[in-house]
Amino acid sequence: MMSTTAHAPTTTALSGAEVLMRALIEQGVEVIFGYPGGAVLPIYDALFKQSHIRHILVRHEQAAVHAAEAYARSTGKVGVVLVTSGPGATNAVTGLLDAMMDSIPLVCLSGQVPTALIGNDAFQEADTTGITRPVTKYNYLVRRPEDLAPAVHEAFAIARSGRPGPVLVDLPKNITVGDAPYIGAQDIRPRTTKVRTQPEREAVARAVAAMKGAKRPLFYTGGGIINAGPQASEALRRLVDMTGFPVTSTLMGLGAFPGTDKRFLGMLGMHGTYEANLATHGCDVLIALGSRFDDRVTGRVNAFSPGSFKIHVDIDPSQINKIVHVDEGIVGDVGAVIDMMIEEWEHQPAATHEADLAAWWAQIEGWRALDCLRFTQDGAADAIIKPQQAISRIYELARETRRETYVSTEVGQHQMWAAQFFRFDSPNRWLTSGGLGTMGYGLPAAVGAQVAHPDALVMDIAGEASTLMNIQELGTIAQYRLPVKIFIINNHYMGMVRQWQELLHGSRYSESYSDALPDFVKLAESFHARGLRVTRLDELDNTIRQALAHDGPVMVDICVAEGENCFPMIPSGAAHNEMILGPEQESSGAEVSTEGRMLV
Amino acid sequence: MQQEISGSAVISLLVDNESGALARIVELFSGRGYNIQSLTVAPVDEQGTTSRVNIVTTGTPSAIGQVKVQIERLVPVSRVVNLSDAGPYVAREMALVKVVSSGESRTEALRIAEAFRARAVDTTATSFVFELTGSSDKLDSFIDLMRPLGLAEVSRTGVASICRGPKTIQNF
Repeated sequence: MMSTTAHAPTTTALSGAEVLMRALIEQGVEVIFGYPGGAVLPIYDALFKQSHIRHILVRHEQAAVHAAEAYARSTGKVGVVLVTSGPGATNAVTGLLDAMMDSIPLVCLSGQVPTALIGNDAFQEADTTGITRPVTKYNYLVRRPEDLAPAVHEAFAIARSGRPGPVLVDLPKNITVGDAPYIGAQDIRPRTTKVRTQPEREAVARAVAAMKGAKRPLFYTGGGIINAGPQASEALRRLVDMTGFPVTSTLMGLGAFPGTDKRFLGMLGMHGTYEANLATHGCDVLIALGSRFDDRVTGRVNAFSPGSFKIHVDIDPSQINKIVHVDEGIVGDVGAVIDMMIEEWEHQPAATHEADLAAWWAQIEGWRALDCLRFTQDGAADAIIKPQQAISRIYELARETRRETYVSTEVGQHQMWAAQFFRFDSPNRWLTSGGLGTMGYGLPAAVGAQVAHPDALVMDIAGEASTLMNIQELGTIAQYRLPVKIFIINNHYMGMVRQWQELLHGSRYSESYSDALPDFVKLAESFHARGLRVTRLDELDNTIRQALAHDGPVMVDICVAEGENCFPMIPSGAAHNEMILGPEQESSGAEVSTEGRMLV
Repeated sequence: MQQEISGSAVISLLVDNESGALARIVELFSGRGYNIQSLTVAPVDEQGTTSRVNIVTTGTPSAIGQVKVQIERLVPVSRVVNLSDAGPYVAREMALVKVVSSGESRTEALRIAEAFRARAVDTTATSFVFELTGSSDKLDSFIDLMRPLGLAEVSRTGVASICRGPKTIQNF
C-alpha cells in the first residue's frame, strides 16, 4: 500500500461512500458515467446527497467506459466510471482494455461483495481485481477503511502519470457502508510507475544532429502527442515550421498536426496514404514521436522503413526497441522532448541539405499527385451513394458550420475512411478505438464527448453493424437530450470483414452480411431522436445539412454501395511499397502468403 | 538483422508485499509469452513489507531486455535488475532429494552425497532425504547421478541470487 505521511481523521465520522465522494471531488471529478446495482447502492446514495458531481446513467457498463474514454480524450481529464460488482465489472472489461491499449486515463470504481463474503461465490461476486489485472495499469481491492481515500488518490495519480491508462478500485460493500477516515491527496505519497518526463539532453542532441544531416526526413507522430497535452501539439507545429520536414501520423495521433497543412501527408499504415507510406519506406531519418510501431503501421516489420536512421521518443521505456530496432531511443514526455529538440535545432549549426530536402519534397509531391484517396462517384441524381462520398461530404458540410467539432467512430471501413477524409486541425477532436478496435465504441464515445462539450457539434461516424453493438445508448442520448449526430454508413455488411473475405478468402462472405437490420429511422424515433434516411446522391447533402442543423439527436441511415473496399491498403504481410491503390490492383487472394493470412 | 542467440538470465526484483503483486508478475510473463524457469519469493525487509523475487528466464537478449522494462512498468515493483547482465553474481538453489534403495545402491548414494556435501536430513532403512545447496548445475548433476540409484522424488526451491561485492540491488 502507498504510505500515508499523516492521518488526518475528520471530526465527524464519514461513511466510506462519503469518503469516496470527497476524494473524487478533491480530484476535480465533475462527471461520472455509471450504472447502479446492489453492491454500489451506498455509493449511489452518497452521490444522491451531494451536488458537485454529475452522474450520467448509461444503458450498459461497457458504454460507461467508452463514454468516459471519450470524455477523457476530448478534455485531457481523467474519465471516471462507476459500476456494480459481478456483471457490472465484467461488462466494463472491454472498455478497460480499450483504454489500456489507447493510453486513456480512467478510474473505474467497482462495487464488490462485503469482504467477509469474498471467495464464497456470493451473489454478483466476481474476482474483479483478478479479471481486470491484465486490462488495467493497476487495480486495488480496498480491504480496510483507512486504505480507501489513499487508494482513490493514488488511482488518479497512476491513471494520469507517464503513459496514461485505466485504474480500477474495487470497493467491498462493508467498506462503503462503514465509517472510514478521510485522508487528503496532499497527505499521501502516491506510488506511480517510475516515470522519466525530462529527456536526456545528449540523446536529444544526437537525434537533432541526425535530423540536421537528413536528406529525406519524416516525422511519424502518434497518440502520445495528444496525451502530452495541447502544448505538445503546439511544440510539434513549431518544430515542423523550423525544420520544414514532412509529417505523417498514426490513427491515434490525428489532429496533433493540422490535417489541412501542406506538410501533412495523411495517415500512414495499412489504410494510410500512398505518399505517407512511400515516404516512410524511403526516408533516411524517421522521427517517431509518441507512436509505438503498431503492426497496423509497420506492415511487414523486416521491410519497415528499411534504410532509415530511427529516432523513437516515448514516455514508456518498454516501447523502445519493442517491435522495431531504433538507433536513438529517447525516454521522456514527448512535449518536453520536442521543446528540447527545438532548442537543439536552434543551437546546432545549420543544416546543409536544403537542396536535398527540396528534392525529397518534390518526390513526395509526385506521390501525392497520384491522389490515392480518389474514388469514382456516379454523378446521376439517383445514383447509389459511395461510402467515401458520404463521409467526405459529412466532413465538408460539418466544416461549413464552423462549429467546434468532435468526431467518434465505430470500427471498420467507415472508421478508416473517416480517418482518411476528415482533416483534424486540433488535437483531442478525434475519438476512435485504435489499439483494440472495439466495435460499438462510437455511440457511447459520442455520449462522453457531448457531455464534456455540451455546445459542440458531436458526430458518430458509424457502420450499421458496429453501431448495433451499443445501440442501447440511444436511451442515454434521449435522457440527457444530447444533440449527437449519428451517421450510419449502411452497406449491409460488416464492411471490413467483407473486404478481407473478398481479398483473402475467395469472396466467400461467411456470416458478414448484416441481415435483419432494424429500420434505423423508426429505431431513432422510438428513442425520441430524429431519424433520417438517404438513398440517392441528390439528397445526400441536403440530408446531412438537415441533420447538422437539427438541435437534438439525429440518426441518419445513409444507404451506400455494398461492395466498396477501403483503399489504399497494405495487404497483411506486405511492405509499405507493396500497397494496393485501388480495385484495379486487387489481388485474387492467391498472392497473399499464408503468413500474411495468419495476420489479423 | 543478425540472429540473436537465446540464453538464460536471472532477474531480481523488489516488490511491495501486497496481495496480487506476485500474480501481476507471473501474469505478465504468461500474457506476453515470456518463459519462467524458476521463481522464488519471500519478504526481505524488517517490517515484511518488501519482497524479493528472483526469476530465471530464457530468451534472446532483446526479449530479456523487454522482460525487464515490462516488469518496471508494474506499480508495486520498485527495483528490477538483470543480474546476468550486471556483473558477477551468486545464484544458489536448494533441493530435497529422496532416494529409495537398498544394498549396493544405498551405499553408492551415500558416497556421492558426501562428495557433493549433501546432508541426509531424513534416514530410514530403505530411504534417504538429502538436502543439497548449490548452483542449479550442481543440483542437476547430483540428481542425474541419483537417478540409477533409486531417485524417487525431488523438491527444488528455485534460485535465490545476489550480486557479488558491496553493491546491492538498491545501487543499480
